Amino acid sequence: MQQWVDSLIAAGKFGPNPPRDLIYALFILVFSAIVFLGVAFPFAGIVSWAERRVWARIQSRVGPNRVGPNGVLQWLADGVKNVCKEDVVPTLADARLFKLAPYLVVLAFVVPWAVMPFSSDLILADLNVGILFMTAVTALTVVGVLMAGWSSNDKWSLIGGVRSAAQIVSYEIPAGLSIFPIVLMTGTLSMQGIIRAQGWAPYDWFAFANPFTFVAANILFISLLAEGNRTPFDLPEADSELVAGFATEYSGMRYLFFFMAEWGNLFILGAIITTLFLGGWQFPHVTDDRVIMNVLQLLIFNVKVLFLVFLSMWIRATLPRVRIDQLMSLCWKYFIPISFVDMIGAAVWVAIWPNGNPAVGYVMLALFCALLILFIRRVIYYFRRAKMELYLSPVV
Amino acid sequence: MGAVGSYFADIKDAVTSIFEGMAVTASHFMRKPYTVQYPDRMPVRVQDTLPFRYRGILEVDMEICTGCLACERACPIDCIAIAVEKDKQTKQMIVSQFDIDIAKCMYCGLCSEPCPTGSIHHTTEFEGADFSLESLIRRFIKEPVAAYKPKKGPETDPRIVPILNRGMTYVDEWAQPGGTKPAADDEETE
Repeated sequence: MQQWVDSLIAAGKFGPNPPRDLIYALFILVFSAIVFLGVAFPFAGIVSWAERRVWARIQSRVGPNRVGPNGVLQWLADGVKNVCKEDVVPTLADARLFKLAPYLVVLAFVVPWAVMPFSSDLILADLNVGILFMTAVTALTVVGVLMAGWSSNDKWSLIGGVRSAAQIVSYEIPAGLSIFPIVLMTGTLSMQGIIRAQGWAPYDWFAFANPFTFVAANILFISLLAEGNRTPFDLPEADSELVAGFATEYSGMRYLFFFMAEWGNLFILGAIITTLFLGGWQFPHVTDDRVIMNVLQLLIFNVKVLFLVFLSMWIRATLPRVRIDQLMSLCWKYFIPISFVDMIGAAVWVAIWPNGNPAVGYVMLALFCALLILFIRRVIYYFRRAKMELYLSPVV
Repeated sequence: MGAVGSYFADIKDAVTSIFEGMAVTASHFMRKPYTVQYPDRMPVRVQDTLPFRYRGILEVDMEICTGCLACERACPIDCIAIAVEKDKQTKQMIVSQFDIDIAKCMYCGLCSEPCPTGSIHHTTEFEGADFSLESLIRRFIKEPVAAYKPKKGPETDPRIVPILNRGMTYVDEWAQPGGTKPAADDEETE
């Protein structure tokens, strides 16, 4: 992106001696606005609809299907409704912090889009610490959530906020440790660098590079679910125990901001996993046309991310919420030791095969496919046992 | 099994149970939802699927109403108001008012049982929501009409025959506890 702006300046589009910093700032503002308003927020909205439809189908219901064709505009209706609602600030709340908190949560959701590698050229800023930046700014959520919990001056909110803090801080550790194997293998923290080190074919993906990266991918996925306060780790907003946790006292647009960030974080979750383990935007070189290649890369990247988003909805519809002690024991007793062992194993693997071992990639992929076939057979078994007819159409 | 063994057994349990659970939910994902999208996205109207004995909103066929007031007397909450007077010249019964307040009606069915011609009977209609209580009063008479007088033999007026036949199906239906039709989904206890 920077090279493109540089080439525009060199071509004299902004006069003979342009103010470089101002032009950079202008481009950053314009592209941020496009990404946030054109991609991030609509994505969060559409996910809220898609998620309700997916749960509904898993629970043999229909879900929202009235606003627009098949309900796709439900998120707009919800947004308009929430904007029109009264913005209530409790009398005893710390009003300034109370009002600020949702914006911090949204900030932690929009900043990672700056290093989102959509395609080989479509990235706002290819930082050399990209993945570190991504994990660092997404952890900012904890500040906003804790602030919301504290400033509401309400027991439920406080417990929710403190739970969220404990949860996010705890799960940062296995998440960070699961990123290490990839950093060890590629020697870079840059998002684009990590993707360039992989290939388009599944056996070139880091998820199947060796057994340690496969385990790391799973641990990272679950840890990011926990960091995003997603079921089965949605303890901070457990409605059966804490009303709505840190969001109890919020209403209208501020309430919506929390949930927009939660749904939008799914894309970031998917993007981190896709970048690190699933080959990012890598696509077979079918044409020399740079624009077409970028479009294809954008498509394949989004397909992978959306599949992971679907997977997280599916998990949310499947697993019940864990207890707070189970949550902590899962993290400290299982994930952290396993990811430590995993990291050391990956380090040893890199020491033995510095350039990777392609044969292991094929074996890992074959094993994964076998697992997938086993899974599909289980699905068919449960489906047959129910004696219901197949109904795959999304329209009901 | 020692501590180490149970540690790995826990991991195995978690992985296999999530695997099975995801398979179950995936199989549900491919089934048809049970939801009935009442009222506008139905293959047939709900009213048409209800059993014959369904006690919906009351209806009166004034053509075959004898003006006997049996229903008004049977009604435990007086939601039926009938005004009958005798025409001095023709010696005929004139029904000048027949109102049923369905806001009061509790759908007990006691009025339709004594009706000799099946004039008053329940329909399968149940969507009675309205904006005022007054509009829930069903007025079956616009102008006073002569009450129906049962003939000695079978009915001959071709206009009344089909209405009377329909009314008599209600009478026959209520005459015996099991009903005339083998209604499988009829679960009313008499």
